[in-house]
Amino acid sequence: MLLEVNHLKTDFKLKHGIVHAVDDISFSLEKGEILAIVGESGSGKSVTSLSIMRLLQEPGHIAGGEILFKGEDLLKKSKTEMQTVRGDQISMIFQEPMTSLNPVYRIKDQIMESIMTHMKLSPKEALERTIHMLDIVGIPSPKERANDYPHQMSGGMRQRVMTAMALSCRPELLIADEPTTALDVTIQAQILDLLYHMREKFNMAVLLITHDLGVVSEAADRVIVMYCGKIVEEAEVKSLFANPMHPYTLGLLHSIPRLEDESDEPLYMIKGMVPDPLHMPDGCPFSDRCDKCMERCRKSMPELIEKDGHKVRCFLYETEKEEAQDYE
Amino acid sequence: MSEVLIEVKNLAKYFNMENDFFGRPVSVLKAVDDVSFQIHKGEAFGLVGESGCGKTTIGKMLVNLYTPTRGQILFEGTDLTSLSAEKRRAFCKNIQLIFQDPYASLNPRMTIGDIIAEPIKINKLLPKDQIEKRVTYLLNCVGLANHQRNRYPHEFSGGQRQRVGIARALAVEPKLIVCDEPVSALDVSIQAQVLNLLDDLKAEFGLTYLFIAHGLNVVKHISDRVGVMYLGKLVEIAPKKELYSNPLHPYTQALLSAIPSVDPTKRKERIILTGDVPSPINPPEGCRFCSRCYKKTDGCDGAEPVLKEVSPGHFVACCLY
Repeated sequence: MLLEVNHLKTDFKLKHGIVHAVDDISFSLEKGEILAIVGESGSGKSVTSLSIMRLLQEPGHIAGGEILFKGEDLLKKSKTEMQTVRGDQISMIFQEPMTSLNPVYRIKDQIMESIMTHMKLSPKEALERTIHMLDIVGIPSPKERANDYPHQMSGGMRQRVMTAMALSCRPELLIADEPTTALDVTIQAQILDLLYHMREKFNMAVLLITHDLGVVSEAADRVIVMYCGKIVEEAEVKSLFANPMHPYTLGLLHSIPRLEDESDEPLYMIKGMVPDPLHMPDGCPFSDRCDKCMERCRKSMPELIEKDGHKVRCFLYETEKEEAQDYE
Repeated sequence: MSEVLIEVKNLAKYFNMENDFFGRPVSVLKAVDDVSFQIHKGEAFGLVGESGCGKTTIGKMLVNLYTPTRGQILFEGTDLTSLSAEKRRAFCKNIQLIFQDPYASLNPRMTIGDIIAEPIKINKLLPKDQIEKRVTYLLNCVGLANHQRNRYPHEFSGGQRQRVGIARALAVEPKLIVCDEPVSALDVSIQAQVLNLLDDLKAEFGLTYLFIAHGLNVVKHISDRVGVMYLGKLVEIAPKKELYSNPLHPYTQALLSAIPSVDPTKRKERIILTGDVPSPINPPEGCRFCSRCYKKTDGCDGAEPVLKEVSPGHFVACCLY
């Protein structure tokens, strides 16, 4: 097991109360696997990735749990120890390729910086490696483009540069936070294709954070659906799309306009909106929007239960035996 | 087919990027270059393309936010481009715009009731005492409650703000609404709500839409006919079913294939276009798509292809046809 997250809790202390952005989530990631976390804004998916990287900023802080990377708890590491992990063994690409590159340095200087920090290479060797990486991610004439500044490149190229930088030290885990959201569809296809090939080439694990179920179905092996800081469903990609169990996942899947769909029926809608994180409903956070809401959904929180490797957090799937125990 | 509501003829918008010492332009960005299409009454016309293809610029020209460099906009037979500024403004009532970003398009210092009432007051459509009733009616139309009218935009979520934007556009009883990516800033579950609302309103008020989007799947749901743009040019126009079942232009084919499918058993072989969209400042000679086209032949560098009708209602601009 490469990464194991156990009972992670991340809170934001605000003036009006505490927001549990990530509320007791556990998952694991194996070598060479692509795990996607999907959810809408405010579901806690980005906070999860920032918690793993320990890049959370005030007022956010990790309130509990452990993050085991190759058996070592990242939460117990000191700041300097974390710096040797970040960019070397775990690296990250961000949603906005425009804002995550430094506008006043050349591309090559920015990539070389990370290589020279983590590897004992001479500047000449580091430059060679930089050009090699740019070549791998598909930048045409990498030798010349290495001297460019970020503004001289298009959005897709910048995302490639970010990827080159993230991969330059051969990380074992790559966290990609909405890597294609800011890009056009044809460029999105290029970047997803690139991630897929890089995974095969370097046998690295990818934690893909996205809101787009289409991206998940194209790229991931396994998927976690998050809602209001909780995992509501976890399954192999094929199993999730063939047999979505949680009403939220079902709703999400149905509300996407599909290309294959020939009918002129109105789209399926999930009613209402995501609850205010400071005023969560009692019981299941999705209960207010759920078509299949039962009385007990408003009272208590369902557990994450597993059935043939498919995990779901919903009372609909609890067996009668468990239900009986519940009422005793 | 019903009569034509708006016709755009050879419309062009150039932006001068740099002028020389005498104020003559030395580099010109051709955002929209020689585009023609018609929208019929009661129709939803979808306009699709990637960033920088000029789709938003067309929308802005229709609502008089940009003045066209060349070409005509015929609204029910009247050429809007030849009108004086004052007369042109009178037509703005007929063509309204819904913006992409619901966070930036509402004045944060006005209550949503005032935001919706403002266009009615400016156009002097109703006596003062009836405005409130009309605002109540509009709020109901878009699914907001009347008691929310005294709240400010920041108290609302993205989807609700977009509803306010829609109510504001409806306030002046327009004939045509330009929807500029109305759902791309919203979460998936909210997107469906807004798309359905737009669909319902179209039927209820007999509206005509120009629906601008970058995703072909969103456009498919709402449009009757679809135009595909690339680098300031329309490359294909067809009725919805025809376009999606039989895309002819290589760019349309690539766009369709690039959309991730939500069915992992159908991970299809994607057509992956190489390279990026070239700069519209110096677009390639001949066909503008030829630098990225995977079906390029020798003839493509020559004359720029024009839109040709290959089957009834299906136009394509490509040397292959």
